[in-house]
Amino acid sequence: MASRCWPRSSDIVLGLAPVSQVGTPWGRYPRAQQRVVSLRDRHADLPSFEGTALPHGNGRSYGDSCTNDGGTLLHTRGLDRFIAFDAATGVLSCEAGVLLSDILDFAIPQGWFVPVLPGTRFITVGGAIANDVHGKNHHRAGCFSEHLDGFELLRTDGLRRWCSLSQNPDWYAATVGGLGLTGVITWAQLRLSRIRGPWMNAETLRFSSVSQFIEISSASERDYEYSVAWVDCAAAGKTLGRGLFMRANHAPAGCGEAPRSRLAVPFTPPISLINGLSLRAFNALYYHRQRSAVAYARSHYQPYFFPLDSIADWNRVYGPKGFVQYQCVVPPGIAETAIQELLARIAASGQGSFLAVLKVFGERRSAGILSFPRPGATLALDFPNAGKRTFDLLDTLDTVVAQAGGAVYPAKDARLPGRYFRQYYPEWETLRPYLDPKFSSGFWRRVTE
Amino acid sequence: MRRILIIGATSAIAEATARLFAARGDALCLVARDSTRLKAIADDLGVRGAVRTATTTLDVTDFAAHVAAIDLAERELGGLDTVLIAHGTLSDQAQCEQSVDRTRLEFDINALSVISLLTLLANRFEAQGHGTLAVISSVAGDRGRMSNYVYGAAKAAVSTFLSGLRQRLQKSGVNVLTIKPGFVDTPMTAQFPKGALWAKPEDVAKGIVRAIDRGRSEVYLPWFWRQIMFVIRHVPEFIFKRVSL
Repeated sequence: MASRCWPRSSDIVLGLAPVSQVGTPWGRYPRAQQRVVSLRDRHADLPSFEGTALPHGNGRSYGDSCTNDGGTLLHTRGLDRFIAFDAATGVLSCEAGVLLSDILDFAIPQGWFVPVLPGTRFITVGGAIANDVHGKNHHRAGCFSEHLDGFELLRTDGLRRWCSLSQNPDWYAATVGGLGLTGVITWAQLRLSRIRGPWMNAETLRFSSVSQFIEISSASERDYEYSVAWVDCAAAGKTLGRGLFMRANHAPAGCGEAPRSRLAVPFTPPISLINGLSLRAFNALYYHRQRSAVAYARSHYQPYFFPLDSIADWNRVYGPKGFVQYQCVVPPGIAETAIQELLARIAASGQGSFLAVLKVFGERRSAGILSFPRPGATLALDFPNAGKRTFDLLDTLDTVVAQAGGAVYPAKDARLPGRYFRQYYPEWETLRPYLDPKFSSGFWRRVTE
Repeated sequence: MRRILIIGATSAIAEATARLFAARGDALCLVARDSTRLKAIADDLGVRGAVRTATTTLDVTDFAAHVAAIDLAERELGGLDTVLIAHGTLSDQAQCEQSVDRTRLEFDINALSVISLLTLLANRFEAQGHGTLAVISSVAGDRGRMSNYVYGAAKAAVSTFLSGLRQRLQKSGVNVLTIKPGFVDTPMTAQFPKGALWAKPEDVAKGIVRAIDRGRSEVYLPWFWRQIMFVIRHVPEFIFKRVSL
């Protein structure tokens, strides 16, 4: 057994000999075959490759925006060095492959926090920029890029540019949310935010309809830094749109042990463990778990921000066919009816999963041309991949979102028809001159070709 | 705070180990060939908590430069408590079979340079009467195999040298640690398909720090390689020679 793994001289190729691997995005759909080259030195030129390449951080994008079937992936996790940190101002320079979790581990004991955190902390800084990620504080803090002083962009022709709102602002706007297609982000400088400790004061409020959700959300905007809601996507009829609204602020101080997670999904079950039956039962239990209309709790920041990070490889729970996530945003005026319509169609289909999230975005737009967040309400949910049935449902959701004048989030997408992408991101063609001619992704080919 | 010299500091295992040292506030002197990469690593270790970082470039095959590099480290850190020797190349066996020069170069890098550095360091550590000399050897040194016996022979020389040195320095209170990693997913092994036996540099680093802290003599990383190599060492030669390993 061991013998097969021993290095063989005949296998050794000097230099960077890429290994071809089957890769899957976080949703485990679609699969892609690609060569992998790891970047380790931010000062070095990009390695040569045949065909097209795509920068790849920690692979937590759900769909094919992080795959490049038939091409090369430039893994950036080897670029994981801090460069400088000013503990007085919170300004951090680091390489693009540093994980947000690394920054949190390092910064929290010094009283600093990552100003925008998505639903997982296991993403790279480069990925956070390339997808211009948002978090539960979007209504207050905007997107990740709003806390960025700038970053260095390295192109396959060897050119390096410092990109910020004032220097090369056009390159900055193309690269923020630019899905890695404009070059490799080698390092970045960001501004952390002050906190007094890792604890959160959290409140959970029950709501019984989408309109009540929107009411609570706007009432919470001023006094709560973070807000997000879980919505029961299996509930229909009178219970349609019920859920739990979670709002929180950083606690002034606090002490205690960080929760330790030992849970993992050790293997991929042969079929999805999430199905209509388990979903309705589980959602009903979850909704009624809380007896009172409001519950207060002090929570460590990790379970508040990243409930799923505590279960390693949770994406396996959907079985070998994987899952697709659908995250859309619909404009404020029409949000209530559009979200109701979306939820009604999902509930009627019996698909969907426990993981369904609602959030009202703030008014701020980021500089990124392809940046997803815009004013309105965003709905995100997972669907176990049941083949045509699932994709047909998502097609009908597209019609609702398109009619409402909304948009779908590329970082989560694996199947959006190109015409919708071009409608949601009408400025997509202005990106063209900034694309690295040797870069491409499964997503980009799918929505533009 | 410990004063630690790392030779081959840009290697993935060395860098991961240095981060653990930095996080607990040690002082570090980093030695490697590439000054740009050294600077990047030193900056990182500074942010991570190293109280002091110094760097100097050295090509280990330049034996005449060994003394100066060690002198500089002692000067910069005000003495040395721990040395980690981590440099090496994974020899191209096929090329070595065709070229004595190539084989000699591999021996210079993987064996003789290590022995030279250890000879110099051993005398200083013997005189100061404390400290740890930790050296990354390899499971490949436990038995010669057709796929990489040049690399294996160089590592065997290092392991044997270390075991003798350990006996000698034992009396002076200096610990000599032989580190034998198995397959580690690093740039050195980038071209190999990775199976279940492959470890991450971060995990190997934890094992190294633990072994140094506990004053261990020899450590296989991950641990199961001790069992694997026990079996491989005990296969009778008349069978072993017929196996393609």
